[in-house]
Amino acid sequence: MVSPLKTRSGTASATDATQHNTEAMSNTVTDLRPKPTLKAPAIDPTRPGRSADELADAPAKINVADVDFYYGAKQALFGIDLVVPERCVTAFIGPSGCGKSTLLRCMNRMNDMIDESSVKGSITLDGQDIYGPRVDVVELRKRVGMVFQKSNPFPKSIFDNIAYGPRVAGERNKARLYEITERCLRHSALWEEVKDRLDDSALALSGGQQQRLCIARALATEPQVLLMDEPASALDPASTSRIEDLIFELKDQYTIVIVTHNMQQAARVSDQTAFFFEGKLIEAGTTTDVFTNPTKKQTEDYITGRFG
Amino acid sequence: MSRNADIHSLEIKRSYLGSSLFGWLCAAATYICIAVLVGLLVTVLVNGVPWLSWTLLTSFPSRDPAKAGVLPALAGSLWLIGITALVSIPTGVGAAVYLEEYANSSWWRKLVQLNISNLAGVPSIVYGILGLGLFVRAMSLERSVIAGALTLTLVVLPIVILSTQEALRAVPSTIRQASYALGATRWQTVWLQVLPAALPGVMTGVILAIARALGEAAPLVAVGAVAFVAFVPQSLGDEFSALPLQIFNWAERPQEEFHGLASAAIVVLLAVLILLNTGAVLVRAKYGRRIKW
Ligand SMILES: Nc1ncnc2c1ncn2[C@@H]1O[C@H](COP(=O)(O)OP(=O)(O)OP(=O)(O)O)[C@@H](O)[C@H]1O
Ligand SMILES: [Mg+2]
Repeated sequence: MVSPLKTRSGTASATDATQHNTEAMSNTVTDLRPKPTLKAPAIDPTRPGRSADELADAPAKINVADVDFYYGAKQALFGIDLVVPERCVTAFIGPSGCGKSTLLRCMNRMNDMIDESSVKGSITLDGQDIYGPRVDVVELRKRVGMVFQKSNPFPKSIFDNIAYGPRVAGERNKARLYEITERCLRHSALWEEVKDRLDDSALALSGGQQQRLCIARALATEPQVLLMDEPASALDPASTSRIEDLIFELKDQYTIVIVTHNMQQAARVSDQTAFFFEGKLIEAGTTTDVFTNPTKKQTEDYITGRFG
Repeated sequence: MSRNADIHSLEIKRSYLGSSLFGWLCAAATYICIAVLVGLLVTVLVNGVPWLSWTLLTSFPSRDPAKAGVLPALAGSLWLIGITALVSIPTGVGAAVYLEEYANSSWWRKLVQLNISNLAGVPSIVYGILGLGLFVRAMSLERSVIAGALTLTLVVLPIVILSTQEALRAVPSTIRQASYALGATRWQTVWLQVLPAALPGVMTGVILAIARALGEAAPLVAVGAVAFVAFVPQSLGDEFSALPLQIFNWAERPQEEFHGLASAAIVVLLAVLILLNTGAVLVRAKYGRRIKW
């Protein structure tokens, strides 16, 4: 009695989403693509991701091999194997609590700060083990920047927030710092809103503005890899699409890993998608494959909205 | 149905009565405290204000009440709190930063923490005796300003450490994470983010500690400070007096006039305290402006 109902509503919403998508596309895109057959999030043809061949050819920027992670006695990640190719966007998707943020934090060793946590397995950046005994964590974090799930601006002025990264890296020249601030704020679509009040407290910004500020702050250190934990969760459609444009611009220079709960977003911006469930990596592959031709039932159920 | 409704209305009324009664009791407690405080202040002011004069501030103690003043005691107190602040703030804040930001949680850290918490509750006369043995005798500093200030440092150090720790703990850990994630070292994170964010709280603790040092008499008596000092301390090695000692000395004399002088000296002591607090409020206002969580 219950399960057929559930399935039906699930299918219905998936179809809705498909229709919505098709409409949205026929409005913006002139050429008529073959209608998406099965999956809710369609792949936008105007922004082609890297092809499967390109992905395979790209050198591995980060290589995660057989990683287990424990919060005390509680295991949060189980034998994760994943390659993050250089200059590509990798999306992590999966239901809440499945370990996406945990894996992301392993990649710049932010988990070191959690008492009694432990990592097994190896994660390499450009072939170097980041958990090796002689690794300089400060240097690692300069190369692997992070935007947190909850925005966390410093209780300082907007300018001081952005300039902090370059400053701790040794930049003293005020003019240069202003230049960086302007560039990063423009990149994160915040410049127009705050250009007249760079000296105001960052805590006086709205939630979405704070999120964009945190993105700008992470860009200011010019990392090689950018880890973004739901960078658009508090943004309106306009800022979201600006951030997605930014990710597109950045991926020519940077390697980007993005966690998102928004399937459309994952489909729009990423080249590679990894689906997690209960601490395990269920499936990873080119975004086109994962969304149009998932190999696992769980993946298919999740991206079509049947659970999670 | 109607019975149910009755019970409900009864319940709401009872808890309302209880809570308003509690409110009244709390208000009564507040007003009793204020009344006592106002009573004290008024008595002190009524007795002391007639004796407040320029002579009081610029003269030495004397047998003649009309010529007696608090100059050496006031100068001694300022010396004492100045040096106590200079020694206890860096040491106390440093210790707190170490315990909160650097030390790993271990049985050793817990032991140190427990000891500091206990030390904050030790009566000040005990520190006085310690100061007598350690600074006056063992280090042969004699009855000097420095011996008195170091003894007061012992008294206030646990207060400075505990209140600074409290302030550091109140800084959200997301601030530290954001700083580390941008490639800051631990030193940069503490110095550029955590301490500035904790500054208002640290200031509150420091002012409490200094006020405590200003009001202490017992440890100073133990290290041998005297009320009758005929000169203003010029250096760390000089003998000294302090305002609380002067007040005590005048208050225990039989003549009425000296009781008035004691009240006037209390007014001076309160004035110094209020000045210190104003300073703290200004610093908080300047640095705390941007910090609202
Ligand atoms: N600091 C921590 N201490 C203990 N357990 C934690 C901690 N952080 C996360 N966990 C647990 O680890 C698991 C994975 O958490 P994680 O934050 O990685 O999930 P997530 O996939 O990012 O979820 P969401 O999409 O809701 O952000 C969860 O079960 C969570 O309860
Ligand atoms: Mg998360």
